[in-house]
Amino acid sequence: MAAMTVHLDVVSAEENLFSGRVETIQVTGSEGELGIYPGHAPLLTTLKPGMVRLVKQHGHEELIYIAGGVLEVQPGTVTVMADVAVRADDLDEQAALEAKKRAEEHIANPSSDLNYAEAAAELAEAIAQLRLIKSLRRK
Amino acid sequence: MSGGKEIKGKIGSIKNTQKITSAMEMVAASKMKKAQQRMASSRPYAQNMRSVIGRLANANLEYRHPYLEERDVKAVGYIVISTDRGLCGGLNTNEFKAVVKEAREWQGKDVKVHFAALGSKACGFFDRFGGKVMAAESGLGDSPSVSDVIGPVKVMLNAFDEGEIDRLYLVFNNFVNTMTQEPRIDQLLPLPKSEEEDYKHSWDYLYEPDPKPILDTLLVRYIESQVYQGVVENLASEQAARMVAMKAATDNAGNLIDELQLVYNKARQAAITQEISEIVSGAAAV
Repeated sequence: MAAMTVHLDVVSAEENLFSGRVETIQVTGSEGELGIYPGHAPLLTTLKPGMVRLVKQHGHEELIYIAGGVLEVQPGTVTVMADVAVRADDLDEQAALEAKKRAEEHIANPSSDLNYAEAAAELAEAIAQLRLIKSLRRK
Repeated sequence: MSGGKEIKGKIGSIKNTQKITSAMEMVAASKMKKAQQRMASSRPYAQNMRSVIGRLANANLEYRHPYLEERDVKAVGYIVISTDRGLCGGLNTNEFKAVVKEAREWQGKDVKVHFAALGSKACGFFDRFGGKVMAAESGLGDSPSVSDVIGPVKVMLNAFDEGEIDRLYLVFNNFVNTMTQEPRIDQLLPLPKSEEEDYKHSWDYLYEPDPKPILDTLLVRYIESQVYQGVVENLASEQAARMVAMKAATDNAGNLIDELQLVYNKARQAAITQEISEIVSGAAAV
């Protein structure tokens, strides 16, 4: 028997990353990790930098990195509107490491024109990317 | 009959014009491809955003955002997106005509009409038209970014917040295909409701963390994405319209040259015939 599925759209301002039926989705909400199954109550939340893990029909998994955005859940459809989204396979580890280092330096040596919030957001993004790359490796 | 030399000069100048128009046609064709790609890649975001907002407008929200409330209409705002450059056929004229028609209807009902102009053609037109131009931005170039539209959008949203306008519309040229572009007027604020029947019953979202900050970011992002999509569509329309207009101009120039060539040949023939008859009659007189 085929498992229950829900329609998922993952879009960023630049492109359409995923559109199709999935069994479950896992995202990083502003209040913590969220797992969404078909028939979830309507939900609206903002997303933190992190990954979207989705299980397609027949158990195929896919990972997508997003740098924040908004999640809308309806019983029959789920929409992730990401600010920036990258398929996990396309992530660049070197670039993420450099970005992390840069952001850490920025926070460690505050200069006069430092925008703390911006630097912290950058750091969070880089760390989320690295975590995703690591979890990909383990598989 | 006018002299052959003058006609020759005319043909030369038309040929020069033809060269320019055919070059412009080719430039527009290649730019159109890029603009179309950009439009296609940002469409899904705008469409998903619109359907989310459509459902949201139907929901029974615990926090009534001002963008969802219908108000008595005392003043309306139009964000008009136009091209920066001319020579693109009737694209801007048709768009402005549609806006002017609606604006006159509003003014007939004693409603004030304000404008935000994006693109130098709209800036120029609505300065002359009267009504208040609240924001103007031009020189968006061939690859506009979301940050370019944030300024004018912010001005209009502030005006809406302060009650200076009670409705906000977006006007742009919708890219149907290469041959057809039609002016489109979309209502941005208050949010139009979704037509889907499934969402007519009374329900509300769960929110994490609170409804207010989420709705604030979501709605502003929605407006920005719609305006940006309008800018991108308008750009593709501009290049397509210019391509078609320049193709027509090149063809017309070709026809004109053919006709002038015919006139020139006739004039030359007439001159030769006249010369011969003069020589013959001169010889006969001797």
